Amino acid sequence: MKGKLILEDGSVFTGTLLNNIKATGEVVFNTGMTGYQEILTDPSYCRQIVTLTYPLIGNYGVAAKFMQSRKSFVNGFIIGELCLEGSNWQMEGELADFLTRQGIPCLYNVDTRAVTRKIRSAGTMKGIIVPEDASKTEIDELFNVPIKKDVVKEVTTPEAYEIKSESGEGPEVVVMDFGIKQNILTSMHDLGCNLKVVPASTTAEEILAMNPDGIFLSNGPGDPKDVPEVIEEVKKLIGKKPMFGICLGHQLISLALGADTYKLKFGHRGSNQPVKNLLNTRVHITSQNHGYAVDDKSLEGLPLEVTHVNVNDGTVEGVRHTSLPLFSVQYHPEASPGPDDNMYLFDQFWTLLTGETKGE
Amino acid sequence: MPKKEYLKKVIVIGSGPIIIGQAAEFDYAGSQACRALKEEGLEVVLVNSNPATIMTDTNMADRVYIEPLTVEFMEEIISKEKPDGLLATLGGQAGLNLAVQLSEQGILEKYGVELLGTPLKAIEQAEDRELFKETMNKLGEPIPESTIVEDVSSAVAFAHEIGYPLIVRPAYTMGGTGGGIADSEDELIDIVIKGLKYSMIGQVLIERSVAGWKEIEYEVMRDGNDNCITVCNMENFDPVGVHTGDSIVVAPSQTLTDHEYQMLRSASLRIIRELGIEGGCNAQYALDPNSNQYYVIEVNPRVSRSSALASKATGYPIAKVSAKIAIGYTLDEITNAVTQKTKACFEPALDYCVVKFPRWPFDKFVYADKTLGTQMKATGEVMSIDRNFEGAILKAARSLEIGVNRLHLKKMPGWDDAKVLKRLGRCNDERIFVIAEALRRKVATIDEIYEITKVDKWFLRKIAKIANIENRLAEEQLTPSLLLAAKDVGLADVSIAECCGKTADEIRTMRKKMGILPCYKMVDTCAAEFEAATPYYYSTFHAQEDEVDTSSTRRKVVVLGSGPIRIGQGVEFDYCSVHSVWALRNMGIEAIIINNNPETVSTDFDISDRLYFEPLTTEDVLNIIDKEKPEGVIVQFGGQTAINLAESLQKAGVRVFGTSVDDIDRAEDRERFDEVLTQAGIPRPQGISVTNQEDAIKGAEEIGYPVMVRPSYVLGGRAMEIVYNEEELRDYMGRAVQVTPEHPVLVDRYMQGTEVEVDAISDGVDVVIPGIMEHVERAGVHSGDSIAVYPPQTLPAKVIFTIIDYTRRLAVGLHVKGLLNIQYVVVNDEVFVIEVNPRSSRTVPFLSKVTDIQMVDVATQVALGSSLKELGYKSGLVTPKPYVAVKAPVFSFNKMADVDISLGPEMKSTGEVMGIDYHYARALYKAITGAGMNVPVNGCILFTVANKDKEEMKQLANAFYELGFKLVATSGTAKAIQSMGIDAEVVGKMHERSVDIIQMIKKGQIHMVINTMNQNQGKSVANDGFKIRRATVEHAIPCLTSLDTAWEVLRVLTFMRERRLVYSLAIQDYVGGGDDLA
Repeated sequence: MKGKLILEDGSVFTGTLLNNIKATGEVVFNTGMTGYQEILTDPSYCRQIVTLTYPLIGNYGVAAKFMQSRKSFVNGFIIGELCLEGSNWQMEGELADFLTRQGIPCLYNVDTRAVTRKIRSAGTMKGIIVPEDASKTEIDELFNVPIKKDVVKEVTTPEAYEIKSESGEGPEVVVMDFGIKQNILTSMHDLGCNLKVVPASTTAEEILAMNPDGIFLSNGPGDPKDVPEVIEEVKKLIGKKPMFGICLGHQLISLALGADTYKLKFGHRGSNQPVKNLLNTRVHITSQNHGYAVDDKSLEGLPLEVTHVNVNDGTVEGVRHTSLPLFSVQYHPEASPGPDDNMYLFDQFWTLLTGETKGE
Repeated sequence: MPKKEYLKKVIVIGSGPIIIGQAAEFDYAGSQACRALKEEGLEVVLVNSNPATIMTDTNMADRVYIEPLTVEFMEEIISKEKPDGLLATLGGQAGLNLAVQLSEQGILEKYGVELLGTPLKAIEQAEDRELFKETMNKLGEPIPESTIVEDVSSAVAFAHEIGYPLIVRPAYTMGGTGGGIADSEDELIDIVIKGLKYSMIGQVLIERSVAGWKEIEYEVMRDGNDNCITVCNMENFDPVGVHTGDSIVVAPSQTLTDHEYQMLRSASLRIIRELGIEGGCNAQYALDPNSNQYYVIEVNPRVSRSSALASKATGYPIAKVSAKIAIGYTLDEITNAVTQKTKACFEPALDYCVVKFPRWPFDKFVYADKTLGTQMKATGEVMSIDRNFEGAILKAARSLEIGVNRLHLKKMPGWDDAKVLKRLGRCNDERIFVIAEALRRKVATIDEIYEITKVDKWFLRKIAKIANIENRLAEEQLTPSLLLAAKDVGLADVSIAECCGKTADEIRTMRKKMGILPCYKMVDTCAAEFEAATPYYYSTFHAQEDEVDTSSTRRKVVVLGSGPIRIGQGVEFDYCSVHSVWALRNMGIEAIIINNNPETVSTDFDISDRLYFEPLTTEDVLNIIDKEKPEGVIVQFGGQTAINLAESLQKAGVRVFGTSVDDIDRAEDRERFDEVLTQAGIPRPQGISVTNQEDAIKGAEEIGYPVMVRPSYVLGGRAMEIVYNEEELRDYMGRAVQVTPEHPVLVDRYMQGTEVEVDAISDGVDVVIPGIMEHVERAGVHSGDSIAVYPPQTLPAKVIFTIIDYTRRLAVGLHVKGLLNIQYVVVNDEVFVIEVNPRSSRTVPFLSKVTDIQMVDVATQVALGSSLKELGYKSGLVTPKPYVAVKAPVFSFNKMADVDISLGPEMKSTGEVMGIDYHYARALYKAITGAGMNVPVNGCILFTVANKDKEEMKQLANAFYELGFKLVATSGTAKAIQSMGIDAEVVGKMHERSVDIIQMIKKGQIHMVINTMNQNQGKSVANDGFKIRRATVEHAIPCLTSLDTAWEVLRVLTFMRERRLVYSLAIQDYVGGGDDLA
């Protein structure tokens, strides 16, 4: 069935509609060449319509082990060619079936480079996916559907749960789940941490009552300013325990300490973003997925120093507290998808938790 | 880190002549490096023996030395120039090996020259098998079980331990020379013996074969601050077992999960860090298709063929960035040339699919073993880009210029199903075509083909998709939706026409009426994330938005490139295309280039105003012209590739600048050319044009044997042979008619005289001849395989003046506007025309350099309408220079088993070198040394010559004898020598019992061979002469198959006895007329 993506500014991109489901969402693009399943199941994309710039998608099918969360939260998927018969020894199913099972509207055979060029120049905007013959009324209705703001609530774990380390020993970490990616949990677990994953609504008192050795603030979807209640709790946690934040967690820490965040024109989404570590001048390639960033000017006078910057546009990619054991990064050291050049950050967290150094 | 401020002058080593395994990619890399260094204000000294390159242009470096790449010449140049640093990692394996030698012999230390870029230790760690193994073990990177041996018995012992199959690779070679896969003890012994010979250090690696696994490559960069990035990863269509240079390669990888992609990426970074590479590096892996297990197969600690491919595939200029790193910059300090805003420290994101397809010389070497294995055989490659694999692979196929326009060979309809099935099991140059045929005929399932070939099913399904459309085209009515589907899988109009029995024009008309047109997309390194400044485009039928801005109101001209490097059409034509583009830009005209060769300078995105990386076919070119609407196209610089398109482009209403299409035809069509000659009153060897065997035989009888036969419209003497009798002629006609069925075969009298070659520029009125070249080998040896000398050394003034006169008359008679190339044969001071090529030729770069006349620049201006007078040129021969330049051919016979090395009318060389000096003998010495011929100064020479040559040979043998050489000869030849009262030991041919020649060569008892063939022998692989000649190749001793060459070698040996052999001047010194005290 033929379908189309219509953007707020009226531009139309045609394609083939896999599942006849209409969708509204913020249209973003990711430039990664691999990792479509990880992208689809990254909760940070909740309610967004995700466009992949790499045109051949589905080549290696899907497998349970690449899931980054319990399901896909995206509102739509815009791709070039959809491969109907994947080829890889690990695959357990075809991408198309996965999309259908997950109820994700997918528009394929799309000129995704044209979509990307539009968003790059006009900025991220609202879009809808409809069948080709959709009526004007239908289209208007879809555009009138507001972009949902309480997305963290949708993706956070409904119940707290624990992940014990292999040995049962090791530091206790409370993980505030704003839509955490599986590989963050795996990475900390592999380090030897005991993880208590708690819903986003958990209060500072409840967390401190668990008396952890450290607190981790996860990635997650949306504008950090849409969860002021969480920022309030984070404020109470700062200084109490060693703390590490990734992506949304990084933004929440910064906001809690008085910094400001702003929306990027079209965000950073991909596996090839260079980030310079100002502490040792080394540049690493990072995996990123964020539409907001911490404003470096707002850090002036705060007890936060910039530790990492994006080599491409100079935006803030990481901060640390000038006196407390607290640091955070905007990007995804856990990779999945993307390069694992930045696993050293988990080792740094380990050092804050235990005082021990892990070899690189 | 800022640049190393103490560096003022840097010497760059090029890669020398083009050979299989080391082609034009290093001209691209070296040119980029020179420009990158000059940009930083450094004084650049370049050394390269290859005159056909852009990098040896005097505007590329402050000092350009076209000298042999040997330690002796390098030391001479270093002592003269006193550079601060030396950059060798962009000159291929040849450059790297030379740097290693310079360092080991203490020359760098002696003159205080810093080796820039990757440190020597890293080079050794990557290239010395034992050190490499140690390093990988230390890192925990898996490598296949292996051992290093220096003799055969250790190899056999290892095989007993591990079992077969085993892979054998010699240490320190390029293109996998001498390697192979052994399935048995006999094979193992054979390959190991060869491998030990080819290795610079007498070592070979033997390892477990992982043939059938996925082969994956990563291009990695590292700077001095330990920042590392991967530029690109690539997946080979052909699984492990076929040399990567002979594999169809796709970028990025298609069948790897993110986990697998990152696993190998991380391994690459660990390796480059451990080695401490500073610059580019390439890592190759074997990945088990059924698990996460992988092996590191190879690491190249330098810019390689794959780097050039990765640069073109991504837009990331690896060579340029490597050069900047070598002088101290870090990746985050270097600007991304594509976006001009972001930095070089990032990993390119592709939003398209790239396919590389090798170009093999099997059309020329019909008797060569076409099996693909660990030894590279391709001379060049094409690359293509599309939004899907189907489109890209089909573009690649039709870019090859091997007479295919899709994955289908013309001979296949004659095969029965059993033959198709049988051929599936053969791993050779035809495999992908056979796979497609099997899928078209449905004689094997995807699973079955996978079991046989181990080509990933993802690729097979893509080919099946194309095959299904082809079947539908053959069976169904051509509806708009079917046509759309056919364009969607990338089938060319001509392929669609072929399948459904229409003409390409009909398809084109139908398609245009339906509005099915390609869109053009940009290659920008970042998948459109950032705005880019690269004018680098490809077409696709898979898009709705075209992003090329053609709104400029400036004059626009399209230059057609020359496609893949092959024997007969090498890097010279890329040189010409690039110079034409530069000339246009200097004239203020927008220059648009179309080409498909990733190894070349012309496809560097900052050469032209717009680069279209597209096949050079009528359809693909017309689509671009429809879009760009240029004033016209220039076809005379892109070799026969471009010339072949002239007619169809003109038919479609495109203006062809320069010599008209009709006049091109008058030069190429035998009968029309005869008219031209008659009108101009110029003689040519008697000949006729025939279209069938009987006419050929009748004609040959009239002319008298021997005759020279060849198909019309070919370059590089393809399928050109001298035949001596009717039987040979019948045999030839049987084979040649397959070459070009629509064109006749030419039968000419074979005249054994001096061959002379002229390149000239004409505006139709005046004719400027920058120089005349005399060939050392008499007519009968292809001009591309001859040693050419500028200016002529033996021609009397009368002959020279006749040549000037004929050249002028021909240029005017053919209304040439631009370049033309004429070959003459001089017999008893009488001049005959052999052929006229109304286009640029192989010798244009050589002649431009030695005469200091920018021939392509002038020709481009003339083609666009300027007169030579306006440009300040006078008719006639330009005064010859006081120095001598010698161009010598270079062959790649060691890569091609079963190829006869004897010289003949069909071209066999892959590259060329130049020697230049004020003394002819030294210029000759430089040329033959640069060509890699190890001329012995004493020792033993084997003579075995044909009866017709015995008289002449006697004088030659006498001269060598007087120089103190020991002579050995086969019985007949020995008798002739002994008749002069000179000692010549008789050696037996192989079937004779006495001393076996091959054994003597193997034992190193013979140091040079002089061998000519009897008239009707030689074409069979089984004969003795063939075996002797091959043995000289395997054991790297000179084998001269023309007495003319032998005379010149003798000249060198005689005249250089008492002279200094090593003396160097920069080209700037020669053309500037400077130091002539040599």
